Amino acid sequence: MEAIYNLMEQLICFEWIQYDFMKNALLAIICIVPLFGILGTMIVNNKLAFFSDALGHSAFTGMAIGVILGVSNVDISMVIFGIIFAIILNFIKSKKTASTDTIISVFASLSTAIGLVILSRGGNFANYSSLLVGDILSITIKEIIYLLVILVVTIVFWLVTYNQLHAVSMSESIARSRHIKVKIIETIFSILIALVVMCSIKWVGMLIINALLILPAAASRNISNNIREYHLFSVMISFVTSIMGLIVSYYIDTATGPTIAIFAALVFFSTLVIKPYVK
Amino acid sequence: MSNKFQLPNTPACGLHCIKVKDFGVKMGVQTIIEQVNIHVHCGEITAIIGKNGAGKTTLIKAINGDVKHDGKIEFKDMKEGKFKNLKIGYVPQALNIEKNTPTSVYDMFASYTSKYPVFLPKRKALYEQIKNHLKLFDAEQLIDKCVCDLSGGELQRVLLSLAMAPIPNLLLLDEPVSGIDNNGMDLFYKNITKLKKKYDLAIILVSHDLDYVLKYADNVVLLDKTVIKSGKAKEVYQSKEFKDTFGNMRFEELGE
Repeated sequence: MEAIYNLMEQLICFEWIQYDFMKNALLAIICIVPLFGILGTMIVNNKLAFFSDALGHSAFTGMAIGVILGVSNVDISMVIFGIIFAIILNFIKSKKTASTDTIISVFASLSTAIGLVILSRGGNFANYSSLLVGDILSITIKEIIYLLVILVVTIVFWLVTYNQLHAVSMSESIARSRHIKVKIIETIFSILIALVVMCSIKWVGMLIINALLILPAAASRNISNNIREYHLFSVMISFVTSIMGLIVSYYIDTATGPTIAIFAALVFFSTLVIKPYVK
Repeated sequence: MSNKFQLPNTPACGLHCIKVKDFGVKMGVQTIIEQVNIHVHCGEITAIIGKNGAGKTTLIKAINGDVKHDGKIEFKDMKEGKFKNLKIGYVPQALNIEKNTPTSVYDMFASYTSKYPVFLPKRKALYEQIKNHLKLFDAEQLIDKCVCDLSGGELQRVLLSLAMAPIPNLLLLDEPVSGIDNNGMDLFYKNITKLKKKYDLAIILVSHDLDYVLKYADNVVLLDKTVIKSGKAKEVYQSKEFKDTFGNMRFEELGE
């Protein structure tokens, strides 16, 4: 670890890199950001923005269940609940009976409410409110390693199943005629979204996480003509805006997640402006 | 890389038969289709016609396995006298792609036909293969275009090429209702006639245009929840059931 720290100090000669918490934050961003950029492309294609938002909101309930059960590490209960919630939402979505948006919204509201009720019992909510805004500066080395593992898992998943995922996204019928396991692919993808959201929500914050998932991909769509450009620009935008957000938030002393989101939104509007010239 | 969707030139032998047996689909308490039996051979176009809501699209979806259904499909090679797995090529009415989605024709094609991740740099060999394949319907110049920018007719040609990679035993077509002009429709029917003659496959087509069906289909199935009349096109068009469904229509081809 020391070696990495030394290397970072040598490579980046700014005042802020002296602090270990800034080094950790930078490392964490390097792990999370490509994840958001990559997953975002498919979330936007499949119109799952609302779905990932609902997942983020369910984090409160996951945490509350952990607290009730007396689990020492509520991260685990959050992840498990998130995965179950994702499977349920996915099942409802596949039913296509009622308006999906409405049903997802009902579930998201319910799970937020249950979480808030349990966590606010006895006036203790302040202890958990950090989940709303997130605090990337408090991340530890161990947690960065978790993020790194998830990054590797996601990249492997993407390499192996992206074509099928994309095939299903364009037309379930054609995918099925080619013997692609539509249900399984969709379920695994939503579990992956749940995993990524739950593992990074503490650092970027519940209110902001969806912005970070959606904005880079949405911006990238405006300026790309094929899947390769779509991925490349999405990850690049995600990367640049996150690092800018981290540095600026250090100097002006603001929460990191929201600062990143503002930069990402600015990039989105710029791509709207240049869209007619590149597409 | 193996050229897995090479097109062998084997005309239909007429010895492959596909039987749709006792198909039924229910949604909740409502019966959409029931007891549908259809029999098709390679080298023939079978058109499914009927009123709106007669269950035409549902039947195609059931054959493709998109919706839960009763009954089964049998695919028999009468030359060898045994049952085989049925390979289906499906052409839907439209794709689930919004405007502004960065997916080129190459991306789409490669997603369905190759395992090589499409977000990695293009592979020249795969690109050439796909381009070659698109030539089947004169769509090779569309390979780098965004799928969402294609016209109705262009998209249809691309989807047809895709359904033919690799060559299926059964081609299921859901004819588009909008976005294609008369020239496009002529081209579409000429193309599938070409397929029928050149390759060893059977075609089932849902159609909304009775004139084209009479001109190009070998067999016609008139559907209203179940098969109410089937047979050669002229036969069905002159039947009482047809007149009950569509009223008194005049067709030049029938010489009425």
